[in-house]
Amino acid sequence: MKFALQINASPYQSSTSFSAYRFASEVIAQQHELFRVFFYHDGIYHAMKSAMPPDDEFSIFSAWQTLAQQNDLDLVVCISAAQRRGLVEENVAQGFRLGGLGQLLEASLLADRFIVFG
Amino acid sequence: MIKKYLFVLRKPSYNGLYAQEMLDIILTTAAFEQEVSVLLLDDAVFHLKSHQNTINSAYKNTATLFSILPTMDVDAIFVETQSLLERGLSADMLTLPVQEVSREDITPFMSQFDIVFAG
Repeated sequence: MKFALQINASPYQSSTSFSAYRFASEVIAQQHELFRVFFYHDGIYHAMKSAMPPDDEFSIFSAWQTLAQQNDLDLVVCISAAQRRGLVEENVAQGFRLGGLGQLLEASLLADRFIVFG
Repeated sequence: MIKKYLFVLRKPSYNGLYAQEMLDIILTTAAFEQEVSVLLLDDAVFHLKSHQNTINSAYKNTATLFSILPTMDVDAIFVETQSLLERGLSADMLTLPVQEVSREDITPFMSQFDIVFAG
């Protein structure tokens, strides 16, 4: 089955961010297709290159990057939501890319299941 | 490809930029010529409340923002009747024509859409 996710939750304000990551991991583990993950609202903060949690904490930032690298995921950060919050191209972490709402729409159109977190 | 989208808004106006950014998604979906409907639940019914005064506010008037919907051919705007009543509102206090849906009919109402978009 083809999944697309939208993540609106910020990395630390609630557990929603972690739930979304766990869900994405499980989609892949169960050998479904994860067509795209779209980061919107405060979810764009997942793509902050400069985020550096302490070494003894789980890093949601590097977790997404590793998942994307290992599974060739398309992690798209809404450009207008990002610009509004000061996240510009040079500060976008590896594994993420900036994109428009058209890519969100495409994902929701082509996926069998479209799920919003936060 | 055309799908039937239902955008379900539940959060209040002036709660950060949530309403404004959701409206951007709704307008993009309409621009791509999808079938777009909007359902206002809970505190989201305030989005269309008439006589909002945003002078000295950091936010734009949500009723004014949402007034663009009919010009994008988004005329299917639904409001849950109980959400209005619980907040002392009625449909004639809103700035756009809406269709009311009763709480007990929400589940079958939602089942007619391809995508129920939580917002």
